[in-house]
Amino acid sequence: MEFLIAPIIVALLASLLALIISIVDKHVNNYGDVEININKGKKVINTKGGDKLLTTLSSEGIFIPSACGGRGSCGSCKCEVSTDIGPILPTERPYLSPEEMNKNTRLACQIKVKKNLDMYIPEELFNAKEFSGIVEEINDLTYDIKEVIVSIGDESIDFVSGRYIQLVVPPYGKIKEYTQRAYSISSKPSEKNKVAMLIRLIPDGIATTWVHNYMKVGEKLKLIGPFGEFQKSDCNSTMVCIAGGSGMAPFKSMFHDMLEKGEIDREVWYFFGARTIKDLFLLKEFQEIEKKWPNFHFIPALSNCSPDDDWDGEKGLITDVLDKYLKTEIDSSKHREGFLCGSPGMIGACNNILNHNGIRDIFYDNFS
Amino acid sequence: MSPDINPLVLLFASIFTSNILLANFLGMCSFISISKDMDSANGLGMSVTAVLTITTAINWVVYKFILIPFGLLYLRFIIFIIIIAATVQVLEMVIDRFSPSLYMALGIFLPLITVNCAILGVALFMEIRGYSFIQSIVFAFGSGLGWWLAIVSLAAIQKKVLKAPVPEGLKGAGITLITIGFMAMAFIGFSGMLIVQ
Ligand code: FES
Repeated sequence: MEFLIAPIIVALLASLLALIISIVDKHVNNYGDVEININKGKKVINTKGGDKLLTTLSSEGIFIPSACGGRGSCGSCKCEVSTDIGPILPTERPYLSPEEMNKNTRLACQIKVKKNLDMYIPEELFNAKEFSGIVEEINDLTYDIKEVIVSIGDESIDFVSGRYIQLVVPPYGKIKEYTQRAYSISSKPSEKNKVAMLIRLIPDGIATTWVHNYMKVGEKLKLIGPFGEFQKSDCNSTMVCIAGGSGMAPFKSMFHDMLEKGEIDREVWYFFGARTIKDLFLLKEFQEIEKKWPNFHFIPALSNCSPDDDWDGEKGLITDVLDKYLKTEIDSSKHREGFLCGSPGMIGACNNILNHNGIRDIFYDNFS
Repeated sequence: MSPDINPLVLLFASIFTSNILLANFLGMCSFISISKDMDSANGLGMSVTAVLTITTAINWVVYKFILIPFGLLYLRFIIFIIIIAATVQVLEMVIDRFSPSLYMALGIFLPLITVNCAILGVALFMEIRGYSFIQSIVFAFGSGLGWWLAIVSLAAIQKKVLKAPVPEGLKGAGITLITIGFMAMAFIGFSGMLIVQ
């Protein structure tokens, strides 16, 4: 019987400690009933205090973007809290600008709800919901980019093209926790029962590895959204759009939407930068759009084109190609706007080129 | 049998002559990574001192009244670790509730401490050296203060080093490690004064 003593003692000790933690949690972490007043009474939530603001809101059906899943490392869960809830935490500081700190902007995943709160969130977040979906299709677009189409059944999603959605990644392999990652929606807003995303494999990326190596057609998953501010403007200015890799997604949605709504008077220049022929995808689709929409110009460009490649399109860095077109082809007497989607490096470089060519209104969707 | 050492001597020794960090090199990772600014260094130093003292007291009781009587000494690593982790959790909740300002000062550093090897090290030293309850607490408190002193000194030195003309290749971790080496040598200067084992 002696061999039982050790496990019993360890088990007893561990249970005792667990008991102490739950008792302390129950009593000390009990902040009673609190009221959260959002946007001056637009929505008032009565709930129990003690949890992080982000989790409290999501359990009440209000979803604030949280690309890092609440770890305080993405800075996307910002909201304004006008009640005094104590000074800004060291974990929040790196993500807040001085103006934001003055405006009482906080990271919802870092602050705890301990008393009644008055807060402000952008109106459109009331639209964000959690959707249960089923993976309908997984298509290989290139060797490292997949298109994932998720059906959300009878539910319907309302969004403006350019928005993104958060994919909830379940635990798999060595990853033991749920994680969330943001992806631009590539389907059209008129397709209300499905959400498509273009997902590029990032070596060792938690979400992209799951999508590329583990996700199966028919699998159930959750999506939260839509979020974001990236969208086309309402005026009739010339759109100069630039994408790299899976940055194609919001533009795919935007152009199909514009085509469907007949907004084809507007002039659009769409530059797509890739390294080699292997990195190009959906060329046919955009060439088709070009045929139906005379003011639409699609310019794919390869930066590492080898002489044996069967490629007669533009060659060179996307920044050089863009510069060339801005100087020679794109009418500069008309008002022009820039739209960028891709890696921070590409956005920075293209931003400079647009600026040099006199384009000041630039909108972007950054993958950082 | 606990050794016959005056607690005051033990306190002095654990702060200076047998500094847990600079003489035993325990708790190095947080020491190096959090020593860039004075406020964080202070917060972390304070948290390490508090957690060290409290967990060592609990660990001593468990050691004396559970591990020894049941002959479970071989389980001491795992049990000490479980106790440290649980204590840190409870402490975090209690401080957050009752002293939000203190929580601000150390709150985010508390979870970091769960994996600080100085905490486990002190618990094991107290056991190996056979300290009494009072001795253990004094030793733990002193070790905490010693750790605090070391990290605050490093933060102060780093401030100066930032403005110094350090060769390119040594900037960052390189010069920090060299600085720590010098600090350790300086602390060795104390070592002839008292030897506590
Ligand atoms: S959710 Fe990423 S910082 Fe709050």
